[in-house]
Amino acid sequence: MAELMKLQVICPDRMFYEGEVSMVELNTTEGEMGIYPKHIPLTSILAPGILTITEENGLKNAALHSGFVQILPEKVTIMAEVAEWPNEIDLDRAEAARDRAEERIRTKNSKTDMARAETALQRAIARINVIKH
Amino acid sequence: MASMRDIKRRKVSIQSTQQITKAMKLTSTVKLQKAKTKAEQSKPYFDFMYETVNSMLSRSGNINHPYLKAKDTGKTAIVVITSNRGLAGGYNNNIIKLVTEFEVPKENMVVYTIGSKGRDALERRGYEIKEDYSDIVEDPQYSEANMISRDLLTAFEQGEIKEIYLAYTFFKNTVSHEPRRIKLLPVEISQEETDAKSIPMNYEPGEEEALDMIIPKYITSIVYGALMQAVASENGARMQAMDSATSNAEEMIDSLSLLYNRARQGSITQELTEIIAGAEAIS
Repeated sequence: MAELMKLQVICPDRMFYEGEVSMVELNTTEGEMGIYPKHIPLTSILAPGILTITEENGLKNAALHSGFVQILPEKVTIMAEVAEWPNEIDLDRAEAARDRAEERIRTKNSKTDMARAETALQRAIARINVIKH
Repeated sequence: MASMRDIKRRKVSIQSTQQITKAMKLTSTVKLQKAKTKAEQSKPYFDFMYETVNSMLSRSGNINHPYLKAKDTGKTAIVVITSNRGLAGGYNNNIIKLVTEFEVPKENMVVYTIGSKGRDALERRGYEIKEDYSDIVEDPQYSEANMISRDLLTAFEQGEIKEIYLAYTFFKNTVSHEPRRIKLLPVEISQEETDAKSIPMNYEPGEEEALDMIIPKYITSIVYGALMQAVASENGARMQAMDSATSNAEEMIDSLSLLYNRARQGSITQELTEIIAGAEAIS
């Protein structure tokens, strides 16, 4: 049996997830990352992406948008500003948001806030990927 | 003695006031339940945020970050969370008192208000209202707290303000709420927690970037947490105020009923005496 560690995913308005897991995968600003128990202590900043939780009996996916993660050997804590389970995501809305963001980036002018459009796009893509996963 | 009609009119008017206070008590009880659950659900996030920032800062003690350094010039900003509506007992007044009793003179202060009661009161007293976010107080969202903290940080970075305080009401439990004033920026580290967790921490990307990103989140989370607490306290305060108003009305109605009955009896007795006197005069 795989070794387990504690995982907490905390949102401002709720405790999103709490449990014993054998692996966590997430996306940080420095790239994608997989965490097993006994990882070195590390604090990293999250980028929009999929959070994959490997529990003893199966996988769980969720969309994770921004925040940071604190990794300790026995415990991983994710402070997420927004996190969603697949069944909470509205696919049509996410696709509409993706199209909108792409449109904004394509037709960019001096007034376009590129950073904002790009994070919006990343967020929409993360949502869509979680559902299609 | 007041006439029967006068007493009756007063009684009816108090009765309708009582109906209002009773209804308000009920609605604020329901709202309080909701706000309380929200405040409780949001707690783990803030506790952990506080813990993380504290342990981060204590481990990287001598880091030279603008958010951690006190400045010499600029004004003192204070974020004041009150309610948009009155009839909540001393709720708004207690917060305003916190501001007016602040040792910084009001010429050196700028006020960010959340809640129109606080805004109006402070404006009247001659404080400079920099921004007003009163429309969010009914149902605060995290994104709105984010917006406020961004405004605050921008003003801080541009050197307009040198320090930021926050005045809000802490929700201890349903009957006890405590007005509090806390310092948001520059971030202060409480020394006693320094040695507790001395695991060396790595940062990815660097420590500076991590702080750059985590401190705004820390501020946002405090603002959001304070908003949650304040909304719960507001409804708690209103519930209490309306509860005592209702029972006061009850008392007044009781004593007025007594007066009314006495007046009624008096008038009946008087009529009887008149009739008897009239009958005797005829016979």
